[in-house]
Amino acid sequence: MTRSEVAYDLAVVGAGPAGLAAAGVAARAGLRVALLDAGARVGGQYFRQPPDGFHATRPGALHHGYARFVRLRDGLGDTDVLLGHRVWAIEPAVGGGFAVHCLKGGRERAATVAATRLLIATGAHDRVLPFPGWDLPGVMTAGGAQALLKGNLVVAGRRVVVAGTGPFLLPVATSLAAAGARVVGVFEAGGRFTLAPRALTRPGKAAEALGYGRLLARHRVPYKGGRAVVAAHGDGELTHVTVARVDAEWRPYQGGHETIRCDTLAVGYGFTPQLDLVAQLGCEIGADAAGVPAARVDRHMRTSAPGVYAAGETTGVGGADLAALEGEIAGRAVVADARGVPAAAHPAAVRTEARRRRLAAFADALLRSYPVRDGWTSWLRDDTLICRCEEVPYGRVKEARDLGAADARSIKLLARPGMGWCQGRICGEAVARLAGEAPGPPRRPIAQPVRLGDLAAMNERTSDDDA
Amino acid sequence: MPDVVVIGAGMVGAACAYYAAREGLSVTVVDRASVAGGTTGSGEGNVLVSDKEPGPELDLAVLSCRLWTELAAEAGEPGGFEHEPKGGLVVAESDEVLRALTELAGRQEKSGVATHRVTADELAGYEPHLAPGFAGGVFYPQDAQVQPMLAAARLVRRWPGVELRTGTEVTGLLTERGRVTGVRTGAGDIPAGAVVNAAGVWAGEAAALAGVELPIMPRRGFILVTEPLTARADGRPLVRHKVYTAAYVTNVASDSEGLETSAVVEATQAGTVLIGASRERVGFDRTVSLPVLARLARQAVGLFPVLADVRAIRAYCGFRPYCPDHLPVIGADPRVSGLYHACGHEGAGIGLAPVTGLLIARLLTGAVPELDLAPFRPDRFTGAAA
Repeated sequence: MTRSEVAYDLAVVGAGPAGLAAAGVAARAGLRVALLDAGARVGGQYFRQPPDGFHATRPGALHHGYARFVRLRDGLGDTDVLLGHRVWAIEPAVGGGFAVHCLKGGRERAATVAATRLLIATGAHDRVLPFPGWDLPGVMTAGGAQALLKGNLVVAGRRVVVAGTGPFLLPVATSLAAAGARVVGVFEAGGRFTLAPRALTRPGKAAEALGYGRLLARHRVPYKGGRAVVAAHGDGELTHVTVARVDAEWRPYQGGHETIRCDTLAVGYGFTPQLDLVAQLGCEIGADAAGVPAARVDRHMRTSAPGVYAAGETTGVGGADLAALEGEIAGRAVVADARGVPAAAHPAAVRTEARRRRLAAFADALLRSYPVRDGWTSWLRDDTLICRCEEVPYGRVKEARDLGAADARSIKLLARPGMGWCQGRICGEAVARLAGEAPGPPRRPIAQPVRLGDLAAMNERTSDDDA
Repeated sequence: MPDVVVIGAGMVGAACAYYAAREGLSVTVVDRASVAGGTTGSGEGNVLVSDKEPGPELDLAVLSCRLWTELAAEAGEPGGFEHEPKGGLVVAESDEVLRALTELAGRQEKSGVATHRVTADELAGYEPHLAPGFAGGVFYPQDAQVQPMLAAARLVRRWPGVELRTGTEVTGLLTERGRVTGVRTGAGDIPAGAVVNAAGVWAGEAAALAGVELPIMPRRGFILVTEPLTARADGRPLVRHKVYTAAYVTNVASDSEGLETSAVVEATQAGTVLIGASRERVGFDRTVSLPVLARLARQAVGLFPVLADVRAIRAYCGFRPYCPDHLPVIGADPRVSGLYHACGHEGAGIGLAPVTGLLIARLLTGAVPELDLAPFRPDRFTGAAA
């Protein structure tokens, strides 16, 4: 394996709003910064960009705050932007710092980036709840639909149903509608997104919500609360869905079902922080306001592991504004720590601290307002796949429980959900919930599939040879 | 009141419950977590005779291999737990190692182990994708594979006389006039005629509840798992047997504190290839060691070069419960009446579980055990042991 000759002061993993902001702050202060991302361009999920070949005439049309993205991107200074780098493991390096092990490009060449400090800003992925028919072509996550639209300028389908829970359904629906899809309905399993008094503390957010309302009205998109897509149907591909009226626990009311024709279903139940790397590094992991695992950080975004910082959704799902702000704070803390001066001494610290608290309070309020309710399990049938990689139906999960599997790990050991290609990133939370547990932090020593040949070629540390 | 309480719903505890129930005893199995939640769920499911020197442990292994076949046949092969008598192929890197291996095989045969000498030319017939250059090997047809979590879960349920209580932690032992008469748990007392300690890596702590010492310690092992491989044109897996180098034999019996690896490579019925396992004494440290994984990968690729392009998707570690003399503890504790131990199997717990359960059931019913239990005495570690 080729060891990188450059030792960076900071390696930032993830080039979304948090990573961009942090890298920019640190690079402009004179640190040597590497910004790594698996994608082909910076921006992450939120600022996902179409490939250059698309010649998008108005690249900002699909984004809120496109100007801010441009500012972040252009503020990267001398940052080395390493795109197409998938990080599969990070280990403390001999003599301090970290070795960031990556797979580079489509041919997955192994590469290692050495850095004194690390910022993990790996974002979040869609939370998936299985239901009958969710494995049909045409069913995608809300985040996936948005990513297709932003990244490839593909209108996900002609007749689209958007369902799930949480305010993210609104931008998905409005941007699909604006791009020409016929959005036949937005079905929120919880209560409709309203301007709760708490939201008024964030004028920008309230305006955004009002804007969505106007957009939905303009495109004549019905937005209904207390409704859930409890089944998707089709012979080989999606043709229609069953929408049920559900009670406060998301159990369908008798007779409250309607069938809606569609070729695309975008379904989202919120997001789950991507914690593989922080877990690998042994950082303390707590829970966000919804009880979902998230990296614990101090007010300077330092994790419990020395030299490791986290920002953005990694510390709890809170949206792009908060992520960018956390990135900025983390970047400043890295600079201060590198110079051995107190992080709080920066003149901007007091202002950003207050702003972060306000944004975080808003994010927490949203998380608490849109929890996943246990009634979703009543949508399952014995043949509903829980794990798609290993093709484990709900019936086998029940059988594992009957065999004495009292927790999620034992269900996995007996019935194999989460053992396949995605390593439980998709089904892990559902399995935990079926076991009656709060979802736990990940334990994935290998964060990305890696060829045994590349693993075998890793430099062996002399200390182990001596052991 | 059950006749027996078994502490631990791992493979060994499940086998103890199975054989005791088969003898007509009523059994309650308690586990503070889940069925197969400890070392049983962190291993490979090895049922091996090939890796053992002639002696008391090999005698256990030979009988246990046969019991595994019976257990699987009883429910219709593969027994509901993927029993696969695929055999093991041990390959030698050099003529010198081959001589040592062949000599070992000769001694193992006297203990009832079936062995076939394999010449260098014949190796490809056993394993078409094996790297060239090995001096030869020995094939052990008795070596087998089970899915240990399913095996524990199914065996504990096979007899109606067994009650399984998961999420039930034993916090103390009930005693009466120096005799163990049950367990105290977070969910109340369970009086019983006898208590079997099958608590795996925590068996020392369970013994301590009775005031007796049992020096059982953890020995860490990492296992690499590849992506599931699609079926090959000939319908046979890429790796057909359990394959390892003869270096493994020396590592298993080793007293070294440090890291040792000698990859055992095999395919599973789920289509993945398992590469295990390292051996380290580092306490209960779960921190992932990339150099260990790298070394396992290197050895696996050394055996099967075709694996270089196969991706690892997972790695996990487990803790083998071992005793200073690398033998298990099986038998009634002469220091505390009513207490039996079935633990300390190190990396052989899956393979040796049935024989352990059978022997414990013999003791519980007052029958004569099939094997001499003296080498496995629970009090053999104390200076006072006569």
